[in-house]
Amino acid sequence: MKPAAFDWHAPTLLAEALALKAGHGEAARFLAGGQSLVPAMNFRVAQPAVLIDLNRVAVLDHLGFEEDGTLAIGALCRYRRLERDAEVARRLPLLAEALAEVAHPQIRTRGTLGGNLCHADPASEMPAVMLALEARLVLRRAGGIRQVAAAEFFLGPLATALAEDEMLAEIRIPPLPPGSGTAFLEVARRRGDYAMMGVAVVLRRGPDGRCDLARIALCSAGPTPMAAPRAAAALLGQALEPAAFAAAAALAVQEIAPMGSVQASPAYQRHLAGVLLPRALARAAERAA
Amino acid sequence: MKITLRVNGTDHVREVEPRLLLSDFLRHEIGLTGTHVGCEHGVCGACTILWDGEPARACLAFAVQAEGHEIRTVESLSPGPGRLDALQQAFQDSHALQCGYCTPGILMTLTAFLAENPHPDEAAVREALSGNLCRCTGYQHIVDAVLRVAAA
Repeated sequence: MKPAAFDWHAPTLLAEALALKAGHGEAARFLAGGQSLVPAMNFRVAQPAVLIDLNRVAVLDHLGFEEDGTLAIGALCRYRRLERDAEVARRLPLLAEALAEVAHPQIRTRGTLGGNLCHADPASEMPAVMLALEARLVLRRAGGIRQVAAAEFFLGPLATALAEDEMLAEIRIPPLPPGSGTAFLEVARRRGDYAMMGVAVVLRRGPDGRCDLARIALCSAGPTPMAAPRAAAALLGQALEPAAFAAAAALAVQEIAPMGSVQASPAYQRHLAGVLLPRALARAAERAA
Repeated sequence: MKITLRVNGTDHVREVEPRLLLSDFLRHEIGLTGTHVGCEHGVCGACTILWDGEPARACLAFAVQAEGHEIRTVESLSPGPGRLDALQQAFQDSHALQCGYCTPGILMTLTAFLAENPHPDEAAVREALSGNLCRCTGYQHIVDAVLRVAAA
Protein backbone atom coordinates (compact mmCIF):
# COMPACT_ATOMS: atom_id res chain seq x y z
CA MET A 1 0.00 0.00 0.00
CA LYS A 2 2.93 2.33 -0.57
CA PRO A 3 3.60 3.83 -3.99
CA ALA A 4 6.65 2.83 -6.00
CA ALA A 5 9.42 5.40 -6.30
CA PHE A 6 9.11 8.16 -8.90
CA ASP A 7 10.79 11.38 -9.94
CA TRP A 8 8.69 14.34 -8.89
CA HIS A 9 8.56 17.58 -10.82
CA ALA A 10 6.51 20.53 -9.62
CA PRO A 11 6.71 23.17 -12.34
CA THR A 12 5.09 26.58 -11.89
CA LEU A 13 4.65 27.36 -15.58
CA LEU A 14 2.33 25.60 -17.99
CA ALA A 15 5.03 25.57 -20.66
CA GLU A 16 7.41 23.77 -18.27
CA ALA A 17 4.78 21.16 -17.48
CA LEU A 18 4.12 20.52 -21.17
CA ALA A 19 7.84 20.35 -21.96
CA LEU A 20 8.32 17.77 -19.21
CA LYS A 21 5.49 15.66 -20.63
CA ALA A 22 6.91 15.96 -24.13
CA GLY A 23 10.26 14.78 -22.78
CA HIS A 24 9.01 11.85 -20.70
CA GLY A 25 5.97 10.74 -22.72
CA GLU A 26 4.15 7.71 -21.40
CA ALA A 27 6.53 7.31 -18.46
CA ALA A 28 5.12 10.48 -16.93
CA ARG A 29 1.70 11.20 -15.47
CA PHE A 30 0.24 14.57 -14.62
CA LEU A 31 -0.85 14.88 -10.99
CA ALA A 32 -3.68 17.27 -10.15
CA GLY A 33 -5.93 16.38 -7.17
CA GLY A 34 -4.56 12.85 -6.98
CA GLN A 35 -7.82 11.33 -5.73
CA SER A 36 -7.81 8.64 -8.44
CA LEU A 37 -4.12 8.46 -9.37
CA VAL A 38 -2.69 8.25 -5.84
CA PRO A 39 -4.94 5.33 -4.79
CA ALA A 40 -3.88 3.55 -7.98
CA MET A 41 -0.25 4.26 -7.08
CA ASN A 42 -0.76 3.08 -3.50
CA PHE A 43 -2.09 -0.20 -4.91
CA ARG A 44 0.79 -0.14 -7.42
CA VAL A 45 -1.72 -0.53 -10.22
CA ALA A 46 -0.09 2.65 -11.52
CA GLN A 47 3.68 3.01 -11.30
CA PRO A 48 4.61 6.14 -13.23
CA ALA A 49 8.36 6.75 -13.33
CA VAL A 50 7.75 10.49 -13.37
CA LEU A 51 5.04 12.62 -11.78
CA ILE A 52 4.48 16.10 -13.15
CA ASP A 53 2.65 17.81 -10.31
CA LEU A 54 0.37 20.56 -11.64
CA ASN A 55 -0.56 21.95 -8.24
CA ARG A 56 1.79 24.91 -8.57
CA VAL A 57 0.76 25.83 -12.11
CA ALA A 58 -1.47 28.70 -11.01
CA VAL A 59 -2.75 29.45 -14.51
CA LEU A 60 -4.59 26.09 -14.51
CA ASP A 61 -6.57 26.97 -11.37
CA HIS A 62 -9.31 29.05 -12.93
CA LEU A 63 -13.09 29.02 -13.03
CA GLY A 64 -15.34 31.52 -14.68
CA PHE A 65 -18.10 32.29 -17.17
CA GLU A 66 -17.11 33.94 -20.40
CA GLU A 67 -19.10 36.58 -22.23
CA ASP A 68 -21.07 34.07 -24.31
CA GLY A 69 -22.01 32.12 -21.18
CA THR A 70 -19.44 29.34 -21.61
CA LEU A 71 -18.07 28.08 -18.30
CA ALA A 72 -14.29 27.60 -18.47
CA ILE A 73 -12.92 25.24 -15.82
CA GLY A 74 -9.15 24.97 -15.43
CA ALA A 75 -7.50 21.59 -14.99
CA LEU A 76 -6.64 22.42 -11.39
CA CYS A 77 -10.05 23.70 -10.32
CA ARG A 78 -11.15 21.66 -7.28
CA TYR A 79 -14.59 20.13 -6.99
CA ARG A 80 -15.22 22.11 -3.79
CA ARG A 81 -14.71 25.37 -5.60
CA LEU A 82 -17.13 24.29 -8.31
CA GLU A 83 -19.79 23.11 -5.88
CA ARG A 84 -19.61 26.27 -3.78
CA ASP A 85 -19.98 28.60 -6.77
CA ALA A 86 -23.50 30.01 -6.67
CA GLU A 87 -23.33 31.11 -10.29
CA VAL A 88 -22.41 27.59 -11.43
CA ALA A 89 -25.36 26.19 -9.47
CA ARG A 90 -27.72 28.77 -10.99
CA ARG A 91 -26.60 28.45 -14.59
CA LEU A 92 -25.65 24.76 -14.69
CA PRO A 93 -27.83 23.04 -12.07
CA LEU A 94 -27.09 19.63 -13.61
CA LEU A 95 -23.43 20.04 -12.71
CA ALA A 96 -24.24 21.10 -9.15
CA GLU A 97 -26.73 18.28 -8.65
CA ALA A 98 -24.28 15.64 -9.85
CA LEU A 99 -21.32 17.06 -7.92
CA ALA A 100 -23.10 16.26 -4.66
CA GLU A 101 -22.91 12.58 -5.66
CA VAL A 102 -19.15 12.62 -6.30
CA ALA A 103 -17.42 10.82 -3.43
CA HIS A 104 -17.18 12.81 -0.19
CA PRO A 105 -16.26 16.34 0.92
CA GLN A 106 -12.72 15.22 1.84
CA ILE A 107 -12.20 13.89 -1.69
CA ARG A 108 -13.76 16.97 -3.28
CA THR A 109 -11.39 19.23 -1.32
CA ARG A 110 -8.51 17.99 -3.46
CA GLY A 111 -10.16 16.28 -6.41
CA THR A 112 -10.50 18.03 -9.75
CA LEU A 113 -12.94 17.65 -12.63
CA GLY A 114 -10.02 17.54 -15.07
CA GLY A 115 -8.32 14.69 -13.25
CA ASN A 116 -11.57 12.78 -13.03
CA LEU A 117 -12.16 13.05 -16.78
CA CYS A 118 -8.59 11.93 -17.55
CA HIS A 119 -9.06 8.92 -15.26
CA ALA A 120 -12.04 8.02 -17.48
CA ASP A 121 -13.72 5.58 -15.15
CA PRO A 122 -16.97 4.66 -16.91
CA ALA A 123 -18.72 4.37 -13.53
CA SER A 124 -17.87 7.95 -12.64
CA GLU A 125 -20.61 10.58 -12.72
CA MET A 126 -18.82 13.52 -14.31
CA PRO A 127 -17.95 12.00 -17.70
CA ALA A 128 -21.66 11.32 -18.30
CA VAL A 129 -22.56 14.83 -17.13
CA MET A 130 -20.02 16.24 -19.59
CA LEU A 131 -21.76 14.34 -22.41
CA ALA A 132 -25.15 15.70 -21.37
CA LEU A 133 -23.76 19.24 -21.18
CA GLU A 134 -21.91 18.84 -24.51
CA ALA A 135 -18.66 19.96 -22.91
CA ARG A 136 -15.57 20.58 -25.00
CA LEU A 137 -12.14 19.68 -23.72
CA VAL A 138 -9.04 21.74 -24.43
CA LEU A 139 -6.00 19.52 -24.94
CA ARG A 140 -2.59 21.17 -24.89
CA ARG A 141 0.86 19.99 -25.75
CA ALA A 142 4.13 21.85 -26.17
CA GLY A 143 3.48 24.10 -29.14
CA GLY A 144 -0.04 22.87 -29.83
CA ILE A 145 -3.64 23.03 -28.76
CA ARG A 146 -6.85 21.32 -29.89
CA GLN A 147 -10.39 20.92 -28.70
CA VAL A 148 -12.39 17.71 -28.65
CA ALA A 149 -16.01 17.12 -27.75
CA ALA A 150 -16.54 15.13 -24.56
CA ALA A 151 -18.23 12.50 -26.72
CA GLU A 152 -14.94 11.96 -28.59
CA PHE A 153 -12.70 12.03 -25.53
CA PHE A 154 -13.66 8.78 -23.83
CA LEU A 155 -12.42 5.72 -25.71
CA GLY A 156 -12.87 2.95 -23.16
CA PRO A 157 -12.38 2.10 -19.49
CA LEU A 158 -9.51 4.35 -18.28
CA ALA A 159 -8.71 5.26 -21.91
CA THR A 160 -8.99 8.72 -23.47
CA ALA A 161 -8.12 10.56 -26.66
CA LEU A 162 -5.13 12.22 -24.95
CA ALA A 163 -1.88 11.66 -26.84
CA GLU A 164 1.13 10.81 -24.71
CA ASP A 165 2.41 14.40 -24.84
CA GLU A 166 -0.97 16.04 -24.17
CA MET A 167 -2.64 17.58 -21.12
CA LEU A 168 -6.32 18.23 -20.51
CA ALA A 169 -5.90 21.93 -19.70
CA GLU A 170 -9.46 23.20 -19.61
CA ILE A 171 -13.06 22.03 -19.69
CA ARG A 172 -15.50 24.28 -21.56
CA ILE A 173 -19.21 23.93 -20.89
CA PRO A 174 -21.54 25.89 -23.17
CA PRO A 175 -24.60 27.55 -21.65
CA LEU A 176 -27.69 25.40 -21.32
CA PRO A 177 -30.26 26.12 -24.01
CA PRO A 178 -32.62 28.73 -22.49
CA GLY A 179 -35.69 27.21 -20.89
CA SER A 180 -34.26 23.72 -20.54
CA GLY A 181 -34.61 21.60 -17.42
CA THR A 182 -32.05 19.10 -16.20
CA ALA A 183 -31.78 16.27 -13.69
CA PHE A 184 -29.21 13.81 -12.38
CA LEU A 185 -30.14 10.64 -10.51
CA GLU A 186 -28.13 7.62 -9.46
CA VAL A 187 -28.31 4.48 -7.39
CA ALA A 188 -25.21 3.55 -5.39
CA ARG A 189 -24.74 0.97 -2.66
CA ARG A 190 -23.48 3.59 -0.22
CA ARG A 191 -23.49 7.37 -0.20
CA GLY A 192 -20.50 8.60 -2.18
CA ASP A 193 -19.79 5.30 -3.93
CA TYR A 194 -19.56 5.04 -7.66
CA ALA A 195 -23.04 4.55 -9.06
CA MET A 196 -24.37 1.15 -10.11
CA MET A 197 -26.33 3.28 -12.58
CA GLY A 198 -26.59 7.03 -13.06
CA VAL A 199 -28.53 9.16 -15.52
CA ALA A 200 -28.11 12.77 -16.63
CA VAL A 201 -30.81 14.40 -18.75
CA VAL A 202 -31.49 17.73 -20.41
CA LEU A 203 -34.98 18.54 -21.75
CA ARG A 204 -36.73 21.52 -23.25
CA ARG A 205 -40.35 22.29 -24.05
CA GLY A 206 -40.82 24.03 -27.41
CA PRO A 207 -43.25 26.89 -28.14
CA ASP A 208 -45.95 24.30 -28.95
CA GLY A 209 -45.51 22.68 -25.52
CA ARG A 210 -43.82 19.61 -26.96
CA CYS A 211 -40.24 18.50 -26.47
CA ASP A 212 -37.84 20.22 -28.88
CA LEU A 213 -34.53 19.27 -27.24
CA ALA A 214 -33.46 16.16 -25.34
CA ARG A 215 -30.13 14.74 -24.26
CA ILE A 216 -29.59 11.59 -22.24
CA ALA A 217 -26.28 10.32 -20.86
CA LEU A 218 -25.60 7.49 -18.43
CA CYS A 219 -22.72 6.34 -16.23
CA SER A 220 -21.96 2.71 -15.31
CA ALA A 221 -23.73 1.90 -18.55
CA GLY A 222 -20.88 0.68 -20.76
CA PRO A 223 -17.12 0.89 -21.35
CA THR A 224 -17.37 4.69 -21.61
CA PRO A 225 -19.98 7.18 -20.45
CA MET A 226 -22.89 6.41 -22.74
CA ALA A 227 -25.23 8.70 -24.61
CA ALA A 228 -28.64 7.36 -25.60
CA PRO A 229 -29.31 9.25 -28.85
CA ARG A 230 -32.20 7.10 -30.07
CA ALA A 231 -34.01 7.49 -26.77
CA ALA A 232 -33.40 11.25 -26.86
CA ALA A 233 -34.64 11.48 -30.47
CA ALA A 234 -37.81 9.61 -29.55
CA LEU A 235 -38.73 12.37 -27.12
CA LEU A 236 -38.66 15.08 -29.76
CA GLY A 237 -42.13 16.28 -30.73
CA GLN A 238 -43.70 14.43 -27.80
CA ALA A 239 -45.64 15.88 -24.90
CA LEU A 240 -43.43 15.75 -21.79
CA GLU A 241 -45.53 13.11 -20.07
CA PRO A 242 -45.00 9.72 -18.42
CA ALA A 243 -45.85 7.69 -21.55
CA ALA A 244 -43.11 9.43 -23.55
CA PHE A 245 -40.62 9.03 -20.70
CA ALA A 246 -41.36 5.31 -20.44
CA ALA A 247 -40.97 4.86 -24.19
CA ALA A 248 -37.65 6.71 -24.19
CA ALA A 249 -36.38 4.69 -21.23
CA ALA A 250 -37.28 1.45 -23.01
CA LEU A 251 -35.13 2.54 -25.96
CA ALA A 252 -32.24 3.71 -23.76
CA VAL A 253 -32.12 0.36 -21.97
CA GLN A 254 -31.45 -1.22 -25.38
CA GLU A 255 -28.83 1.38 -26.33
CA ILE A 256 -26.56 0.99 -23.32
CA ALA A 257 -24.01 -1.77 -22.80
CA PRO A 258 -23.52 -2.18 -19.04
CA MET A 259 -20.58 -4.40 -18.14
CA GLY A 260 -21.63 -5.42 -14.63
CA SER A 261 -19.58 -5.16 -11.46
CA VAL A 262 -19.28 -6.96 -8.15
CA GLN A 263 -22.27 -4.93 -7.04
CA ALA A 264 -24.61 -5.21 -9.98
CA SER A 265 -25.15 -7.55 -12.92
CA PRO A 266 -25.68 -6.04 -16.38
CA ALA A 267 -29.35 -7.07 -16.20
CA TYR A 268 -29.76 -5.23 -12.90
CA GLN A 269 -27.99 -2.18 -14.32
CA ARG A 270 -30.41 -2.15 -17.25
CA HIS A 271 -33.28 -2.47 -14.81
CA LEU A 272 -31.97 0.52 -12.85
CA ALA A 273 -31.66 2.58 -16.03
CA GLY A 274 -35.28 1.74 -16.85
CA VAL A 275 -36.37 2.96 -13.40
CA LEU A 276 -34.16 6.03 -13.10
CA LEU A 277 -34.66 7.50 -16.56
CA PRO A 278 -38.42 8.13 -16.38
CA ARG A 279 -37.91 9.69 -12.95
CA ALA A 280 -35.10 11.92 -14.16
CA LEU A 281 -37.01 12.93 -17.29
CA ALA A 282 -40.07 13.82 -15.21
CA ARG A 283 -37.94 15.88 -12.86
CA ALA A 284 -36.23 17.69 -15.75
CA ALA A 285 -39.61 18.38 -17.36
CA GLU A 286 -40.87 19.93 -14.11
CA ARG A 287 -37.82 22.16 -14.04
CA ALA A 288 -38.07 23.17 -17.70
CA ALA A 289 -39.71 26.53 -18.24
CA MET B 1 14.65 15.99 -0.98
CA LYS B 2 14.51 18.50 1.82
CA ILE B 3 11.10 19.92 2.72
CA THR B 4 9.64 22.18 5.37
CA LEU B 5 6.07 21.38 6.39
CA ARG B 6 3.95 23.53 8.65
CA VAL B 7 1.92 21.22 10.86
CA ASN B 8 -0.24 22.55 13.71
CA GLY B 9 1.56 25.86 13.47
CA THR B 10 5.09 24.43 13.77
CA ASP B 11 7.61 24.09 10.94
CA HIS B 12 9.22 20.68 10.51
CA VAL B 13 12.25 20.22 8.25
CA ARG B 14 12.90 16.72 6.95
CA GLU B 15 14.68 14.91 4.14
CA VAL B 16 12.09 12.74 2.38
CA GLU B 17 11.48 10.71 -0.76
CA PRO B 18 8.82 12.17 -3.06
CA ARG B 19 6.76 8.99 -2.67
CA LEU B 20 6.32 9.47 1.09
CA LEU B 21 2.61 9.90 1.77
CA LEU B 22 1.59 12.82 3.95
CA SER B 23 -0.02 10.36 6.38
CA ASP B 24 3.32 8.57 6.83
CA PHE B 25 5.17 11.87 7.17
CA LEU B 26 2.88 12.88 10.01
CA ARG B 27 3.16 9.55 11.80
CA HIS B 28 6.71 8.40 11.15
CA GLU B 29 8.70 11.57 10.51
CA ILE B 30 7.25 13.90 13.12
CA GLY B 31 5.58 11.42 15.45
CA LEU B 32 2.03 12.74 15.25
CA THR B 33 0.39 9.32 15.48
CA GLY B 34 -3.08 10.74 16.07
CA THR B 35 -3.61 10.64 12.31
CA HIS B 36 -4.63 7.03 11.73
CA VAL B 37 -4.08 4.99 8.61
CA GLY B 38 -6.87 2.59 7.70
CA CYS B 39 -7.30 1.76 4.04
CA GLU B 40 -4.62 3.90 2.36
CA HIS B 41 -6.76 4.44 -0.69
CA GLY B 42 -9.04 7.22 0.36
CA VAL B 43 -12.11 5.24 1.37
CA CYS B 44 -12.12 4.98 5.17
CA GLY B 45 -11.42 8.56 6.23
CA ALA B 46 -9.28 7.67 9.27
CA CYS B 47 -6.38 9.80 7.99
CA THR B 48 -8.47 12.94 7.40
CA ILE B 49 -6.52 16.11 8.24
CA LEU B 50 -7.16 19.77 7.49
CA TRP B 51 -5.32 21.13 4.47
CA ASP B 52 -5.56 24.92 4.55
CA GLY B 53 -8.64 24.46 6.69
CA GLU B 54 -10.38 21.94 4.41
CA PRO B 55 -10.76 18.25 5.25
CA ALA B 56 -8.60 16.03 3.04
CA ARG B 57 -7.19 12.51 2.98
CA ALA B 58 -3.57 12.49 4.16
CA CYS B 59 -3.07 9.12 2.44
CA LEU B 60 -3.85 10.63 -0.98
CA ALA B 61 -1.23 13.37 -0.97
CA PHE B 62 2.54 13.22 -0.98
CA ALA B 63 4.33 15.02 1.83
CA VAL B 64 6.31 17.05 -0.71
CA GLN B 65 3.05 18.54 -1.97
CA ALA B 66 2.14 19.97 1.44
CA GLU B 67 5.02 22.44 1.49
CA GLY B 68 3.59 25.96 1.69
CA HIS B 69 0.27 24.76 3.10
CA GLU B 70 -1.14 24.76 6.63
CA ILE B 71 -1.71 21.21 7.84
CA ARG B 72 -3.74 20.55 10.98
CA THR B 73 -4.03 17.20 12.70
CA VAL B 74 -6.15 15.93 15.57
CA GLU B 75 -3.34 16.87 17.98
CA SER B 76 -4.17 20.53 17.37
CA LEU B 77 -7.70 20.32 18.75
CA SER B 78 -6.92 20.18 22.46
CA PRO B 79 -6.75 23.63 24.05
CA GLY B 80 -4.11 22.40 26.52
CA PRO B 81 -2.63 19.33 28.21
CA GLY B 82 -5.35 17.04 29.50
CA ARG B 83 -8.10 19.20 28.06
CA LEU B 84 -10.60 18.54 25.28
CA ASP B 85 -12.18 20.95 22.86
CA ALA B 86 -15.98 21.22 22.71
CA LEU B 87 -16.36 18.61 19.99
CA GLN B 88 -14.03 16.13 21.70
CA GLN B 89 -15.89 16.67 24.99
CA ALA B 90 -19.21 16.06 23.24
CA PHE B 91 -17.80 12.81 21.81
CA GLN B 92 -16.91 11.69 25.32
CA ASP B 93 -20.25 12.77 26.78
CA SER B 94 -22.25 11.11 23.99
CA HIS B 95 -20.24 7.86 23.91
CA ALA B 96 -19.42 8.64 20.29
CA LEU B 97 -16.43 6.32 20.12
CA GLN B 98 -15.58 2.79 21.04
CA CYS B 99 -12.21 1.57 19.73
CA GLY B 100 -11.29 5.08 18.63
CA TYR B 101 -9.57 4.14 15.40
CA CYS B 102 -11.82 6.25 13.18
CA THR B 103 -12.19 9.08 15.70
CA PRO B 104 -9.32 11.39 14.69
CA GLY B 105 -10.47 11.48 11.08
CA ILE B 106 -14.06 12.04 12.12
CA LEU B 107 -13.07 14.85 14.48
CA MET B 108 -11.14 16.63 11.73
CA THR B 109 -13.96 16.16 9.21
CA LEU B 110 -16.47 17.55 11.68
CA THR B 111 -14.22 20.40 12.83
CA ALA B 112 -14.20 21.74 9.27
CA PHE B 113 -17.89 20.99 8.84
CA LEU B 114 -18.93 22.85 12.00
CA ALA B 115 -16.76 25.82 11.10
CA GLU B 116 -18.77 26.13 7.88
CA ASN B 117 -22.15 25.01 9.32
CA PRO B 118 -22.32 25.91 13.03
CA HIS B 119 -25.98 24.84 13.37
CA PRO B 120 -26.56 21.89 11.05
CA ASP B 121 -29.59 19.63 11.00
CA GLU B 122 -29.25 15.88 11.39
CA ALA B 123 -29.37 15.16 7.65
CA ALA B 124 -26.47 17.54 7.02
CA VAL B 125 -24.44 15.89 9.79
CA ARG B 126 -25.00 12.46 8.29
CA GLU B 127 -24.01 13.75 4.86
CA ALA B 128 -20.84 15.27 6.34
CA LEU B 129 -20.00 11.93 7.96
CA SER B 130 -20.52 9.93 4.77
CA GLY B 131 -16.80 9.88 4.00
CA ASN B 132 -15.74 8.38 7.34
CA LEU B 133 -16.20 4.74 8.25
CA CYS B 134 -16.79 3.59 11.83
CA ARG B 135 -16.98 -0.16 12.34
CA CYS B 136 -17.72 -0.28 16.10
CA THR B 137 -20.57 1.86 17.21
CA GLY B 138 -22.46 2.93 14.17
CA TYR B 139 -23.03 6.59 13.73
CA GLN B 140 -25.95 7.47 15.97
CA HIS B 141 -23.88 8.60 18.94
CA ILE B 142 -21.53 10.53 16.67
CA VAL B 143 -24.50 12.38 15.19
CA ASP B 144 -25.74 13.00 18.75
CA ALA B 145 -22.37 14.49 19.70
CA VAL B 146 -22.37 16.89 16.77
CA LEU B 147 -25.93 18.01 17.44
CA ARG B 148 -25.01 18.51 21.09
CA VAL B 149 -22.15 20.83 20.13
CA ALA B 150 -24.32 22.62 17.58
CA ALA B 151 -27.00 23.25 20.21
CA ALA B 152 -24.54 24.57 22.80
